[in-house]
Amino acid sequence: MNNLTIKDAREKLTKKEISSVELTKHYLTIVKTYNEKLNAFLTISEKEALEQAESADKRIGEGDSTPLLGIPLALKDIYVTKGIKTTAASKVLEEYIPQYDGTAVMLLKNAGAVILGKTNLDAWAHGSSGENSDFGPTKNPYNTAFVPGGSSSGSPVTVASEMALAASGTDTGGSIRLPASFCNVVGLKPTYGRVSRYGVIAMSSSLDSIGHFTKTVEDNAMYLQVTAGSDPHDATTPPVAVPNYTKNIAKGVKGLRIGVPKEYFIEGLDPRIKKMIEDALKVYEKLGAEIIEVSLPHTSYAIEVYYIVQTAEVSSNLARYDGIRFGKDRSHFGDEAKRRIMLGTYVLSAGYYDAFYKKAMQVRTLLKQDFDKAFKTVDVIIAPVSPTIPWKLGDKADDPLAMYLSDIFTVHANLVGVPGLAIPVGFIDSLPVGMQIFGPHFSEEKLYQVGFAYEAVNPVWKERPNL
Amino acid sequence: MKINISHVAKLANLPLLDSEKQKFETQLSSILDYIAKLNEVDTSNVKDTSQVTGLENILREDKPLPSLSQKDALFQAKTTHNGFFAVKGIFENE
Repeated sequence: MNNLTIKDAREKLTKKEISSVELTKHYLTIVKTYNEKLNAFLTISEKEALEQAESADKRIGEGDSTPLLGIPLALKDIYVTKGIKTTAASKVLEEYIPQYDGTAVMLLKNAGAVILGKTNLDAWAHGSSGENSDFGPTKNPYNTAFVPGGSSSGSPVTVASEMALAASGTDTGGSIRLPASFCNVVGLKPTYGRVSRYGVIAMSSSLDSIGHFTKTVEDNAMYLQVTAGSDPHDATTPPVAVPNYTKNIAKGVKGLRIGVPKEYFIEGLDPRIKKMIEDALKVYEKLGAEIIEVSLPHTSYAIEVYYIVQTAEVSSNLARYDGIRFGKDRSHFGDEAKRRIMLGTYVLSAGYYDAFYKKAMQVRTLLKQDFDKAFKTVDVIIAPVSPTIPWKLGDKADDPLAMYLSDIFTVHANLVGVPGLAIPVGFIDSLPVGMQIFGPHFSEEKLYQVGFAYEAVNPVWKERPNL
Repeated sequence: MKINISHVAKLANLPLLDSEKQKFETQLSSILDYIAKLNEVDTSNVKDTSQVTGLENILREDKPLPSLSQKDALFQAKTTHNGFFAVKGIFENE
């Protein structure tokens, strides 16, 4: 069972070498063994998981073989789950039990996936390290003195430490790609609108992207096959056809034009990470791709635009938590939520709107034009995910601005809506490092081909933590 | 850049302790100084972008669909009255 992928598990299930109930019990045992050490799960839904596994076994017996049937996975605790506590890792929602399932959850359930429980996060998905959780930080399984990245902190840890075969996340400014790269797993931030946001607690509605973590690129594609598509409950999901993401995944990269944005290889980027990305580009060159330098000239302003647009939308989305219909009152918000609510309120308030919010929306246009222009000459763009390797728990806790700057390479994709796939490329000081691959809107199929080609040459994912 | 924390907290309906106000004022002022860097960018004749999908006026037929029962909708509320949410009066004399 070590290093089992979704693909392997599906084969074993189809051949009846193992049942979904056995698989589920196996993962629940690992969860119980390591969760205290890693704090990855906030809620374990054992009873429901075993029921779902039983019903998956029944479907397997009837010859059903949908991609996630009988596969145990975990959900970031910001996905609304009917009858199962959903906290957003905030004291405000400590006792909240939703009356319905979000669209992604419903699609996963309909596909026969088994939901083991809900994973830890920075409260309301506000953070880059997992330390803003009101229920204690998640630990990096490769070294528990270090952060796993955030805001989806628990989910990549469950995959890395083999507590689940896959886990869901949300990426508003890097919250999937950053923790994926810190935990040696594959993480997808889909195109804005590719996966429905309905029933995922809203952080910043024009940026929130609903994605997931897996061990391998192919597993990641199998998961997206289930969650992607238009949803009448989310008016921002366009009716763009969903391709078969695994069919041509081994197509290779011969003739592919890979852009390398010079603005991402700046002072402040750890030179060891820079070297690792350059080595990855050499792998692609050997495989027949063409490496082309591109420019995204407004990159250095992305973080400023992000912390205006995002906090403005946060202040609006969190206005609904008044403790009347559900949840506790507003005195229960933690420090980071308070900071973002106030910053957002300020940039939207009379006298400051034009100077901050309107200005940010205009620069957002320029950021989008940068990407549009680059994709006229290249098929995909490759960049580092984080300027640094994972840091020690507590290192940035008292300096919100330093924490914000760790998103410097990830927020750009959210502001322009393009998809980004983070994949592992190696280790520095025994801690994981990742790179990200961007493509035009709705190019997830291409991103998987590009990620798959690298992973086949350099399967870094096989290096599991020693717990 | 100086931020009036008490005013902003009032606008956002956030109860803050006096000790918190000082801390947030320092933190938010330094963040605002940082993001003010945007003023360097020339945005004359640049249009706003508030969404990136290009979708406009997504409408649907106005027809009732199954939704939460009154009981389900209310079950997380702290106070209810005759099958409704109970809230505090919004006018001072109530």
